[in-house]
Amino acid sequence: MYAQMVKTDAPRVKTLDEMDPQERSFQERIDQGQKIEPKEWMPEGYRKTLIRQISQHAHSEIVGQLPEGNWITRAPTLERKAILLAKVQDEAGHGLYLYCAAETLGISRDEMYEQLHSGKAKYSSIFNYPTLTWADIGAIGWLVDGAAIMNQVPLQRCSYGPYSRAMIRICKEESFHQRQGFDILMKMVKGTPAQKAMVQDALNRWWWPSLMMFGPSDDASVHSAQSMAWKIKQNSNDELRQKFVDQTVPQAEYLGLTIPDPKLEWNEEKGGYDFGEPDWNEFFEVLAGNGPCNAERLGARRKAWADGAWFRDGLTAYAEKQAARRAGNEAAAE
Amino acid sequence: MAEATVADAAVDPTALFEFLLRMGDNTLILGHRLSEWCGHAPALEEDIALANTALDLIGQTQLWLGLAGAVEGKGRSADDLAFLRDACEFRNLLLNERPNGDFGKTLMRQFLFDAWHHLFLNALRLSSDTRIAEIAGKASKEVSYHLERSRDLVIRLGDGTAESHGRMQGALDDLWPYTGEMFMNEASDAVLAAAGVAPEPAGLKTEWDALVGETLSEATLKEPAEGYMQKGGKRGIHTEHLGYILADMQFLQRAYPGATW
Repeated sequence: MYAQMVKTDAPRVKTLDEMDPQERSFQERIDQGQKIEPKEWMPEGYRKTLIRQISQHAHSEIVGQLPEGNWITRAPTLERKAILLAKVQDEAGHGLYLYCAAETLGISRDEMYEQLHSGKAKYSSIFNYPTLTWADIGAIGWLVDGAAIMNQVPLQRCSYGPYSRAMIRICKEESFHQRQGFDILMKMVKGTPAQKAMVQDALNRWWWPSLMMFGPSDDASVHSAQSMAWKIKQNSNDELRQKFVDQTVPQAEYLGLTIPDPKLEWNEEKGGYDFGEPDWNEFFEVLAGNGPCNAERLGARRKAWADGAWFRDGLTAYAEKQAARRAGNEAAAE
Repeated sequence: MAEATVADAAVDPTALFEFLLRMGDNTLILGHRLSEWCGHAPALEEDIALANTALDLIGQTQLWLGLAGAVEGKGRSADDLAFLRDACEFRNLLLNERPNGDFGKTLMRQFLFDAWHHLFLNALRLSSDTRIAEIAGKASKEVSYHLERSRDLVIRLGDGTAESHGRMQGALDDLWPYTGEMFMNEASDAVLAAAGVAPEPAGLKTEWDALVGETLSEATLKEPAEGYMQKGGKRGIHTEHLGYILADMQFLQRAYPGATW
């Protein structure tokens, strides 16, 4: 899940009877499964919540280039290098669609960058963990993209048209990403003992942060209840986490790996796995900026933006000169 | 193994192998340099474009080095050639291993190389060796887009602000001494030219000068005076930078010999 703990500004979810006629007709359209489009009226809270969620998602795609980019130059074969380049390029492309979707809500890409760089806007906690070995690239595809898909499949049905359509495109590419991650690991577990140990080590480090991607339990959260009423969110964090664990454990077994959770056990009655609680203190520390790579990740993005100012200014200046030249030519022709 | 052709029999395989290494090493090393930008470019569109260009170059590397291995006939794959040769066995231009510098320098390096690459690939489409003509045909489509993009950005930044102009001029002055190597003929080039496999590099200089000169003029940049030109890459004598590129690129293959990935 690339958007975690998105606030809605709602003190509580209003009933239809408490809404004024405009808001009530908006809510009724959502209840009927209609899509909301950019130019249409929407409650301010709906607009702000979507901006927070979509921009957080976009920032995650952009910051997410860094941990994977860390291994492009060291990819072990030309084919793996090409696949990883294609994947990271897709992610930058996802960032682009998502920023465009957010822009339809009345915020510019530059403003969203400003919020990222100042720390006001967040990105997924997962990208503050380091990629230490090549197996981490496999683990990111398998677990991180796997968890992201779990969240993004329902987002294809989100009530806001541009976000829903962006997610439909993104989901197609994400499933390819997950397969390439799994494929990296398949190859490695069939390899040397050192390679297999590298894969187990990657799972040990990425398992809990992947479960944290869904965010803490939100059954009692007013923000989640409001997001669900607006059909921005469709499932609770715990539901998605359970689905992810149930899907992933058999895959780990297939790879011959051990999930680093002593409490993990099949529960026949509920038809799913019981599992331990992630360390939520660690999660909140990472969100607060204290994860292993927060400073590097945000520092890299700020530096890229600051170092690139002359480039962007140069292109703007050229465009202005060209416009002036055209205007001059037209004036001369008259 | 690629099928042998008529030209194959007529041409010294060592000369052909050297030539294919030059092609593949140029794309491999420049693709590596571009990959170093991942996530750090000045605009999201540039991150996407650089990754895309790097991807094209790595794809071309697979084809050139794959053919090189086949021509050599010792069972070496493209990966063996990329990951298990030392610096002195690499045949890329020194230009392509120059450090990225700022984004302006990366773009200027790209433009100077793209202009050569585009002209050279176009000539190779007529190669008497059909395997080479086929690779050149595929690659030249990609490279004409690379050139269109790098040329456009050089013009816009050269004729942008005083700062962007100054940076592009600085990049050009810095990289210029590395452009001469593109047009230096090696002994093996005459053999390949005689067999119609590849043109002699020196023959492309007039066209390259025209293309580059016209672009620099539109970019309001001053072409540096002809001066001493650096050389050595095509014979395996590189700058200090290549060793670090290889240490990075070859790490896994060297640290875990024989492992498959």
